[in-house]
Amino acid sequence: MDALMTLKQINYEVADKQILHDIDWQIPTGAHITVTGPSGGGKSTLLRIMAAMITKTSGELTFAGQPIESYDPIMYRRQVSYCFQQPTLFGETVADNMAFPYQIRKQSMDREHVITALTNFGLSERTLQQAVTELSGGERQRVALIRNILFLPQVLLLDEVTAGLDEDNKQLIHAWLRRLNEQKHVTTIMITHDATEIAAADQLVKVVAGRLEVAQ
Amino acid sequence: MNLAVNNTSLFLAAMLVLVALAISLWQKLGLDKDIVIGVIRAVVQLFLVGYLLKYIFRVNNLWLTLAMIAFIIFNAAWNARKRGPGIDHALGISLLAILISTGVTLGVLVLSGAIKFIPSQMIPISGMIASNSMVAIGLAYRSLNSQFHDHRQGVLERLALGSGLLDASIAIVREAIRTGMSPTIDSAKTVGLVSLPGMMSGLIFAGVDPVRAIKYQIMVTFMLLSATSLGSIIACYLAYRNFYNEHKQLK
Repeated sequence: MDALMTLKQINYEVADKQILHDIDWQIPTGAHITVTGPSGGGKSTLLRIMAAMITKTSGELTFAGQPIESYDPIMYRRQVSYCFQQPTLFGETVADNMAFPYQIRKQSMDREHVITALTNFGLSERTLQQAVTELSGGERQRVALIRNILFLPQVLLLDEVTAGLDEDNKQLIHAWLRRLNEQKHVTTIMITHDATEIAAADQLVKVVAGRLEVAQ
Repeated sequence: MNLAVNNTSLFLAAMLVLVALAISLWQKLGLDKDIVIGVIRAVVQLFLVGYLLKYIFRVNNLWLTLAMIAFIIFNAAWNARKRGPGIDHALGISLLAILISTGVTLGVLVLSGAIKFIPSQMIPISGMIASNSMVAIGLAYRSLNSQFHDHRQGVLERLALGSGLLDASIAIVREAIRTGMSPTIDSAKTVGLVSLPGMMSGLIFAGVDPVRAIKYQIMVTFMLLSATSLGSIIACYLAYRNFYNEHKQLK
């Protein structure tokens, strides 16, 4: 399979502190990868570089055959979408959050599509009018994740999105991610510390002290 | 006119400074040095400005009047800039915002015949407009700085969803403009009830009929609304981009 993303000799340093060392990594189209490693090892930094949220100090990063520098960062982030560990929801209601991806594309919200997305993820039309402050942790995370996929990206980068959630929510999110990967062919890269998730990984990589180690 | 501040009464009124000094020393506020410097500066600056204005009013030259207005605008921009530490080009942005807000407001006042294009009207009114615009811009800068700090996570998430910089910042920009304008709106609501503002007090002091004096105050209220809203919106829309780097990432 062709590599969708290629990282060559990626280094990242901040204030003279080297966070990532010479990362070489090829991510095939449609991959479902689990990333693990000790806290502070550089996993999040690596994903944030891949999401164009921060810029590498040196090295080459290509996406779909083109260097990352050749893309407009905003258009790039719509293709390589980053999901946060403890997401902030916008505005007052769930509907405000669902409307945001449309708003930034100067479109009006496709209600049918949003309701389908909510239902596919164990939520319902009624959720739309719910205040964001009334949601449980698992619901918040699901609402946040739906924001990322209302317009399907090619790559979904997930930074410990199940951390702190109960088993039911973890299961729901895993099943949902697998469907996205298998049916919609979204390449998914997920950071986790969870032993069950690590054990269930198709492909596992470790980031230790700023270096990438391919496990299994 | 029954204006009677002469040098002797001014000297006696200086006793009031001793009240502030005494409180500072008694309560160990450590403000005594600042009070002394503040008083000396106020006296020297006002005497200089008094003589300068007297000269400018007498000469009544178009270019000299414009130069004085430009000087006021530049000083206002210089001071507004100090409220926006970390905002690049804050001086240029403030200068443009104050120049446009003062220019437009003055233009409307002159064209409508509310004030005449003579130094004794143009210069004090320019000063009032520019200083209010300056305060509004300073408040807006402070609000931008604190909100980009407090709502950092929300901005990052909007960017991660592929939002443009304005969409990621719009809530912050709006709040900053609101912060810049709100003191003027608040004071418009209470004007005359809580305080008799400077323009009106000055005219009444000088013996003008209060009913005529309030007309000037109404004009001032209108012009300050225009000046602070224009100043805030221009400054915020130009300044928000400074919070992002060339890769459209939050700094």
